[in-house]
Parts: sequence; C-alpha cells; structure tokens
Amino acid sequence: MNDSDATVKLVVDGHEIQAKPGEMIIAAAEKAGVLIPRFCYHPRLEPVGVCRMCLVEVKGPRGFSLQPACYLPVAEGMEVVTNSDKAKKAQDGVLEYLLANHPLDCPVCDKGGECPLQDQTFVYGPGESRFVEEKRHYPKPIPISKLVYLDRERCIQCDRCTRFADDVAGEALINFIGRGGSIQVNTFPDKPFSSYFSGNTVQICPVGALTATPYRFKARPWDLEQVESTCVGCSVGCQIVVQSSENELVRYLGLDSEAVNHSWLCDKGRFGFESVNSSDRLGTPTIRNGTAAKEASWTEAMAKLAEPLNRARKRPESIAIIGGAHLANEDLYVWSKLAKSIFGTDSVDAQLGDGLDPRLLTRTNRATIADAVGAEVLVLLSGDIREELPVLFLRLREAAISSGLKIVELTHAATSLTPNAAASIVVSPGQVEATVRSLVEQSGQEPSDPSIAVAKAIIAGADPNRIVVLAGRMNQAGSSLDQERAIATLIDAKPGSKLLSGLRRANVNGAIDMGFVPGHLPGRCALTEGSKELIDAWKQVPTQIGRSTPEILAAAANGEIDVLFLIGADPISDAPDPELSERALAKVGTVVSVETLPNASTRFASIILPAAAFTERMGSTTNVESRISLLGQKLVSFGLSRPEWMIAVEIAAAIGEDLGFESMHDVWRELSVVSPLHRGLSLQALGSPGTREGVLVPVRRSRVSIASNRSLDPVATPGIISVEHSGPPSSSGTGRGSDAYPGIEANASAVESVDSRISGDLLDLLATPNEVAPIGSGDLVPVLRRRLFDGGTMLVRSKNLTELAPAPRVTVGGSTAASMGFAAGSKVTLSNGTSELPDLELVVDRGVADGVVVVDLDGESGLTRRVIQGENLRLTIKLESV
Amino acid sequence: MTLAPFKIVSKRVDDPEAVGLQGYLATGGYQALKRAVLDLTPEAIRDQVMQASLLGRGGAGFEAGRKWSMLKKSDVRYLVINGDESEPATFKDHMLVERDPHQLVEGALIAGYAIGAARIFIFLRGEFALGLERVQAAINEAYEYGAIGRNIFGSDFSIDLVLHPGAGAYICGEETALLESLEGKRGFPRIKPPYFPAVIGLYGQPTIVNNVETVSNLPWIVMNGGGEFSELGVGRSRGTRLFALSGDVIRPGNYELEMVKNTFRDLIFDPEMGGGLAPGRQVKAVIPGGVSAPWLGPDQLDVLLGQDEVAAVGSMLGSGSIIVMDDSTCMVRAAWRIAKFFARESCGQCTPCREGGSWIEKVMRRIETGSGREEDLDLLMDLCDNIVPGVSWPPQQTTICVLGPSIPSSVATAIRMFRDEFLLHIKEGGCPYE
Repeated sequence: MNDSDATVKLVVDGHEIQAKPGEMIIAAAEKAGVLIPRFCYHPRLEPVGVCRMCLVEVKGPRGFSLQPACYLPVAEGMEVVTNSDKAKKAQDGVLEYLLANHPLDCPVCDKGGECPLQDQTFVYGPGESRFVEEKRHYPKPIPISKLVYLDRERCIQCDRCTRFADDVAGEALINFIGRGGSIQVNTFPDKPFSSYFSGNTVQICPVGALTATPYRFKARPWDLEQVESTCVGCSVGCQIVVQSSENELVRYLGLDSEAVNHSWLCDKGRFGFESVNSSDRLGTPTIRNGTAAKEASWTEAMAKLAEPLNRARKRPESIAIIGGAHLANEDLYVWSKLAKSIFGTDSVDAQLGDGLDPRLLTRTNRATIADAVGAEVLVLLSGDIREELPVLFLRLREAAISSGLKIVELTHAATSLTPNAAASIVVSPGQVEATVRSLVEQSGQEPSDPSIAVAKAIIAGADPNRIVVLAGRMNQAGSSLDQERAIATLIDAKPGSKLLSGLRRANVNGAIDMGFVPGHLPGRCALTEGSKELIDAWKQVPTQIGRSTPEILAAAANGEIDVLFLIGADPISDAPDPELSERALAKVGTVVSVETLPNASTRFASIILPAAAFTERMGSTTNVESRISLLGQKLVSFGLSRPEWMIAVEIAAAIGEDLGFESMHDVWRELSVVSPLHRGLSLQALGSPGTREGVLVPVRRSRVSIASNRSLDPVATPGIISVEHSGPPSSSGTGRGSDAYPGIEANASAVESVDSRISGDLLDLLATPNEVAPIGSGDLVPVLRRRLFDGGTMLVRSKNLTELAPAPRVTVGGSTAASMGFAAGSKVTLSNGTSELPDLELVVDRGVADGVVVVDLDGESGLTRRVIQGENLRLTIKLESV
Repeated sequence: MTLAPFKIVSKRVDDPEAVGLQGYLATGGYQALKRAVLDLTPEAIRDQVMQASLLGRGGAGFEAGRKWSMLKKSDVRYLVINGDESEPATFKDHMLVERDPHQLVEGALIAGYAIGAARIFIFLRGEFALGLERVQAAINEAYEYGAIGRNIFGSDFSIDLVLHPGAGAYICGEETALLESLEGKRGFPRIKPPYFPAVIGLYGQPTIVNNVETVSNLPWIVMNGGGEFSELGVGRSRGTRLFALSGDVIRPGNYELEMVKNTFRDLIFDPEMGGGLAPGRQVKAVIPGGVSAPWLGPDQLDVLLGQDEVAAVGSMLGSGSIIVMDDSTCMVRAAWRIAKFFARESCGQCTPCREGGSWIEKVMRRIETGSGREEDLDLLMDLCDNIVPGVSWPPQQTTICVLGPSIPSSVATAIRMFRDEFLLHIKEGGCPYE
C-alpha cells in the first residue's frame, strides 16, 4: 500500500488529470472517467500489452505515436489522446481482428450478456465484419480439468488465464501452444489443469473460452440476482458476489478486495455452493426415539428438548456444546449467551481439538493480512497455507516474490510456500519449541543446521514490530502444546511482533471473539474479565473454566454429559478420536444436532434441528485478521430451517427463558455495548458503502484510510456488472479514496480494554511441555496434514467437487524410504500396533524429516483418524505384496 | 560499372581448410584475439569499433559501437550472437557459420572482451545442421587452443562460450524473442519499454545482441583498425557487406562488396556477380533487403547499395538479401507467398499480427486462386493500415515487434505497384501466369 501523496500530472483527451507515479495510463485514465477499451489488461495481473485494444496516442520526442495504455506508465506532462481518429482506427481495427475468428455463438455462450468482447463490440469496431473467409475451427469445448472446459474457438489469446496460472497461482499448467493464427491455450499432454485456483481463470476470461462445470448452461446473466457476501469456505474472508436464479445458487464470483482477496477465490470456496443446493439438506426438525426417526414441527421438537434440558440445568456442567465455527457472529453471540448465561455452562468449544489455545489469539497483538504481506519477516508455524487458507497463500506468495517479504517456515514437511521461503526449517513433531528457542536465543554459537542459521540471522536482523507470526496447526496428530509453546516463545522474545491467526474453520476466529470457547466471554475476555455492561445483560457467567471438545467427549463417554449440542459439528469425522466420539455420542442421553446437512454424528442425535445455510440468512463473519464483514442473504431458507441465533432464542423460550433478541439488530445493540471489541459497531454500519470490505475490530480510529480497490471494472471482473450497465467505473463510491467507516466511532477506552489484555508473557499461560516418548527403531512419528479437498461434508455434498478429493496418501522422506527399502508409488499399510489402514500410496518427498510419516487427513470417512490418535503415537508402515 | 570486391568476412569461404583450426591459424586466425586480450584494453577496442562505424548486419542496421556504449553497468553482462537467420532468401550468415566458423568464434570473443561479458551465447538457427556441427567443433578446438576458457592466451581474460540451437521459429531472430527462447521460454518478443536488451536483456541482465556477420568483421577491425575499415564505404555505411542475391538471376549467391560503391544494377548484371537475367527477361521488381522490405521497381535499379541510400527511396537494405523478380513472375503470388510466411511465423502474441496476418494471407490466396473480389484490394490496404497506420515507410506499428509490419510491406507495395495485375486476377478468376 502506497500512502504517498506524490502525484503526476498528465493530460488525457485535453483534460489535466492526476495519477500516482508508476501507474499505467489505462488505470489513471479510468479513475478520471476515461475508459480505454481493453482485454488483456487486468488490474491484478502484470501487464503484457498483447491484445492491443488499448492503443492510444501518446506524445513522445518524435510526436504522437500509438502506445498500449496498459503498458506505459504515466509521466509528468505526458499527453495522451484516447479518441483521435488514429487511436480509434487502431482500436476498431483490433476489435475487428479479434472478431475475425471468433465464433458468433453468443446465443449459446454462457458469457453472452456479460462478455467484455460482446460489450465492447457494441462500442468499438465496425457493425459488420469484412471477414468472409472460413473461421478457425477446433473441436468444441474440451475438458481441461474436472471443473473447467476450454473452447479454443472463442479464445482471444489475451493471456489472462495463463498469466494467472503462472504468475499468481505459481502453476503454469496451461500455456500457449503453436504460433501465428494457430496459437492456442492448452494444457500439457496428460497434465490436466488441476489447480486449486482454476475457477479464477474462468472468472477473468474476457470471452466464453473458459467455462466452469457447475455453471455451464445453468442461467443467463440477465436472469441472475446477486448479493455481496463473504465466503465461508475457510477463514480468509474472501469477498464474493453470490448469484442465484430462481432461488437456486448458480455461481460465486470473487470481488476485488484490496485488503483480502484481490478478487481471487479458491475452487473449494467458489464451487462449494453446490452443497447448499444439495438434495440431502435438512429441512424439517427430526425427533428420534431409539432407532425410529420422525419429522416434527419446531414446537414438538422444542417440547421434546425442554424436558431433558430442564433436568440437566440443575447440573450445568452436564450440558455441553461442540461446534459453532461455521456460524455467523450473531449466532455465536446468542449461543454464547444461551450457554454461559442461561445454562451456566462454560463447556462450549468451537474448535474440535484441531486448533490452538484460544489465549494465543485473545492475548496477543493481532496482525492483518496487510501487516503480514507488508512485514519484514513472516514466521510460519502452521500447516500448508495453500491447503488450509488458499487465497492467503496467493497473497503471501506474491509478497515473497514481489515485495521482499522474507518467509521463515517451520514445518514437518515441505509446503507450497517452501520454494518462496527465505528459510525453511524441517522439524520433527515435538521439536518445535526447542527449534524456535534456538532461533531467538542470544547464544553466540552458530547453529549447525544451515537453515536455522539463516532463519536466526533473518529474525535477529528484523525490526520486531515488523515480524508477523502466522499461527495455525502444523500437525493434526497428537498434542498442539509443543507448537503453542513455540508460538508463545517467539512472540514473547519479540515484543511488538504480531500474530496472524491461521485457524482455518470459517468463523472460528469470530467464535473466539464471541467467547464461544472455554474460559472466555465475548470481546476476548476471560470469564473473570466480563465488562460491567456484560454482567448487567447476562446476569450470570460461569466461574469454572469448562471443558474443551476432547474433554467434553471424554466426559461424555464417562456418562458425565446429559445434553450435548452439536452445532454444525461432526465430531466423529472431525475430532481427533473418532472412536471416542462414537462412544461419547452413544452414551449421551440427549444429543441435539443443529445442522444443514446430515453427517456421521447426526445419526446419534435424538433431536435434529435444521439450520439455514450460508446465503439463506443475513449476518456477519470474522476472518483471520479480525475483519468483520457481511454475509448476504440471497435465498429463501430451505424448508423449515432457521438461522442458528433464532434456534437459540427458541431453545431459551422452551425452558422459560428470554434471551431478549427478536432480530439481529437487537443482537448488535447488546453486543456493541457488552463487548469492548465490538463497541460502536452495528449491522447498519457494517452494511454501508464505506465498509464494503468489512471493519477491523477493535475499531482503532474513527477515520481510517481504506485502501479499498474493489474495482467495478466490468472487463476485469465480468459477470459482476456489465459495461453496458456501468459505463466507466466511477472514481468515487467504490470505496477507494474514502477515509472513514461511516457511522462508526472508535472508542479509546474500549480499544484500551482490548489491548490491556495482551500478555507479554504468553508462555506463562500455557501448560508445561509434555514428555516426548522415545522413538523405537522402525517407528515413525505421525504428522496428520490437511488437504484442501479433504472429503469433508461441504465437499462431499458439492457434486462437482466431491471427485476431487484425493485418496489419502502417506509421505516419507528420502532416507526413511531408503532405509525401509520402499519405492515411491508402492502400496503400503499403515499400522499403529492395534489397527491398520491398508492400500495407501507411498510418496517420497525430500522435504519430510527423517523418522516422520506424513498422512493426509481425510474428511467424512475419517479413516486416517482411526489409526492416528492420541499422544506419543508411533506408527509403522509395511509394504503390501503386489 | 565499378567493381570493388573487397573481402573482409568472406575471405576464407572458398578455402575448405580454413574451417579447421590449423587452416584458420594458417590464414592469420586468432591473431586479432591475441592482440586484443594481450595488447589492447576493452576501451581501445570499443573505440576502434566506434571509429569503424560498423552498422549491425542483422537488419535494423544499428551502429554496433553505439549499441555497445549503451550497455548498462552491471556485474553481469551477456553477449548473445544472433545466428537465427531464417528469412526466405537470406543466407549470408549461413555461409559464414559453415565456411568460417572460427572467424565467428574469434569475433564473438573479441566482442565479449570489449564489452566485459560474463558469458557468450551463440544462438544458431536449428536447421543449420552443418553450421551447428562446425561452430561447435570450432568452439571445442578454440578451448583446446586456449582461445576460450580460463586466462585466454595467458591474459587475465576468461570467458565461456555456449552454442545454443534454435528450435525452428523465425520469430526467435527478433532479439528479445531470442532472449526469451534462450531463457527457456516461448519465443515471444518482449514488449517495449525497456527498449534495448542493453538495459535489460538475458536473465534480466544488460545484454548485447550482435549479428553473426557483424562480429565476423571484428578480427579484421582489430588487426587493421577502425579507421581503415571506415575508409571503405560512404556516409554511415562503412566497410563491406555481404549481399545475398537470389531470384531470377543467372548467378545467385553471396557477394561481399564495399558499401555504397555499387548499385543494384551492378550487382544484378555484372558478369562477375549476378550475371544478369535469363535471355529476354526484364526486371519486374526487386526486394532490396529481405522479404520484410518494400519492393523497388525497375526504375530504381541505380540506387546505391548503402543503408541510407535505400532508405531514401522508401525501403531498406535490411539484412542485405536481394531478390530479383523478372517479368515471368506473378506479383500476386509472390506477395501471397511472403504474406504466408509471415502469417505462419507470427508468434501469435499480439492481435494485429496474429489475426491480421492470417486474414491478409487468406485474402491473397483467394485472389491468386481465382476467388478475388474488387473490394478485396481496398480491404487489403485497410487491413495493412490496421497493422501499419498510414501504410508508410518506415512503418509505425500497432504490434509489439516488427514482424507485424513485415506483412504489409510486400502486400501493400505489390498492390500499389501492380494494381492492374491484381485486377486481372480478379477479372479472369485466376492467375494469368499459370
């Protein structure tokens, strides 16, 4: 972000305009209201100047000449003419050339109606083509991946998709082949375009050459309705447009948010909407007696719930809630109040044993994505970001390549950022804290491991205020304590450093902020730190710190839990120990599932309450950087399903209590008073034009510079708005240049209250380290790793994504493989001594530490969890006979 | 008629022995490199080349000394020798790489020394099978002899020289496409700015790209001095040049001539050179500097063979390839063939060249094969105008590189010079020459 006020003055079509130094003519002119036609230019891609549509006359030492406006930076005193006869002749000529071989199959083309080529043809070029020759022919669309089809006849060779794949995603899986009129975009032989980011190429294609399976022939653009929203596929908080036709979701498009996603989305986020349309959706409350399940009305379901709940309330610790990471902030606040104030239980956990100690997030200086990409050093203590927070990976990769961000990575196995890391340290599980200690300690001894030596020098040389720690979960197997202590050690050693949350579940960061984890109240407060306003509103809060998800499940298996709520949670597939989860759910008297879709755990529920899905309800969500942005409603909620906050209100009413909320505005009215973190906010304020990118909490300044670049350029992001409707993008009203969150006031005492809880001695909060069990010969320490396409509920119910989940594989380092004599590609069986997982493909990766086996976590089937669970686990792998 | 055969670069081409190191040494080979690295400073050589007014022999005719002087300061600089000679009827470098490979190597080493290159790459057209074999053999011999590698001839100067075969694309003769190709990428010409590889070239480092013939002049210049070289020729065009004469002449071939001393007529008709046309034939048109140059008519044969002299009549001396077409030649067919070449060899990167080239080719084919329409002539001129606004010379362009403007050159001059012949094709529904 360049806050420099320096400007360059130039003359465009006779009018003096101001531009930023280094800005391209096309962008500067656009801001001044002069739309220069373009195809290959995209504000988020490096310019290539190949389509030549943006040719304008620029005065040089030898007079005016035609220059591509997308490729020539502005200069002081420059004279540009975009509409002279010569410029127009060139533009018209290029357009006619582009159309020469372009099939006029607009009536059957999905892009028709939102097509930059079609739109600009109305403005430029001759009405009729003079091209009477045979057009170029290719077989009509060919699948280049399971998600993307390519129609080479429609392609205008603008190089957008290929640049995106190579420059932005770092996977040049599509490229040009051939030359001259025979040039075409295609994949390499036998290498499909299987990228996590392939949908972006479809979105930025300026013609209908690239289409995505889920949208093909589904709708015409003019029949679409749309609303802006935030993607909840993970916790990055990408800004999106949700489009529907006849109350069915048909497409998501990425919005250009400077702060967050730069218009990009991952394919899971983009195409996961299919799960909302799934025919398996739960639409009616269901009551189960023994094995017999029957549909019920909400009244019946509530009556059925009231009885055991009233009984359990006498012993609040016998009530527990697991889940909530997929809820909106408003739901979480209401459920938090229901649990902690009405029920009196603190056994509430939005994390499923797969996250981090929430105090790492509530007691630290939190970083934004902008802080992370603008940092001097980013220390990664997380899983593979590309697998877990895909669009954040794009941002970090770009920063490492283009703006000098030094990434220091501690990992159990090479990640997607390893090639861009300044130092990548491969550590074994259990050694993370010790490794971080060696990085920050003041000893004069040179570390023997060269990557540690490099990392140590980088960290020592950096301004601590410009160090950001990206804290996620490096290993889903075993305890997270070693890793949590590592994070705390690093932050304690570098006062001023900031933490960027790497917790990946959609709104898990919002859940922590709403106190939907043990030991917390809304606003990042501990149980004892509730504000006076909160105590007034809540009357009571628990005094005992409650149980975490693994503890709840263990207690439940012991018969200590009478009522267990599962809110958008499936502990059998998702919690660390599926067998414990099964025992626990079988034992609990009343399991209440609040769900949108059935899963392995809903089979154990005696009451199932159908929840409205994302896009079926309003609300807000909080991303990794504490940015609160809106969830838009586009659909009528399915069947009798309701938003979760409403369900909480109903449950309270069923047991004779009143939570005091009739609308989400009521929720915010209370929340913005009781929570210092949310003070001053309201739903209206979140929905105003100046806050389209969301609001960072706590609101530190009333007037903040919003570098919003949510471009409405219809050529850059076709489908969101068409040229015809928008004309040139306006220089105001799109957020850029606005410098305040309208209607939101910072409150110094609230900010101070949030900041006052930041701990300088984070490590003291954590437990002492576990004993590490010795490793026997032939034993391997497991690392359970997340993949983006993990076979989870959302993926399984999205028909075009479900096939993309790869079979779980096991990965070992080269020397481990050599010592065992196994070759890559062999089929192996994984064993923990008591149970086995057969038929796994063995992968050999030099980036894996010796004595470690990396296993891909699978989702709904939960097979890998059944072999990998518990502390100090050691595994063996054996070769299967062919 | 004055003949001035003065051989600088082609003096060994008829001596088969000179291909090998011993034959090369026997004819004064590597004396210049020795003198350069042992007795002369790089500055001194650059001064000599500047004095020589050695215009680049690749086609653009940019002065080599000036190009070298624009080289940006940097720890790493590269020298790339462009031997991707692929244009129809251009075959002068072809001869030099096959018949005097050591001269090329020596010239490249002198240039590398003069500009302080970290490494030299020779990019040779992939189809030059024999040339590649001979240049590689020369490089190997030169390493053995101590002319390449560590401490060349005992001096402090060390350099490696790498031979790289092209993969068959004409566009890789465009210097920035060549650099892309050398880097392992698609041969797409780079967009300007930066205008010169001397600022940002190979692997992002300042790079000098010189033509084979250009550097083949350097051993002579070092031995005889830049002043001596500039004694030959007139104006900006100094020294000698290889002219590749082809087409309807009795004796096609490469002729090395002092610059600006002979006319096209001399070259075509002198019995020692072109030897004239077949009996009874008249010159109908001449392409003076490679097939990207606008054509000259029979009334322009007395133009002198010099860079500025040809430019003055609206064309270019270019790569020095001269094609003579006699009155038995169909001008539509000739222009179509050239358009077809460029349309096929367009890299396909930018729209006017990719689409315009193949469109023009298709219309030309239609006219030649009997389906022409009268409005096609205006259409063709307008399609040319959309690549080269104004269809003027020297061309403005809507394209990234100059391959695009090469398409209109022939088509537009053919239409302008031989409109009646086009109309005859259209009227008769076919080619009258068949």
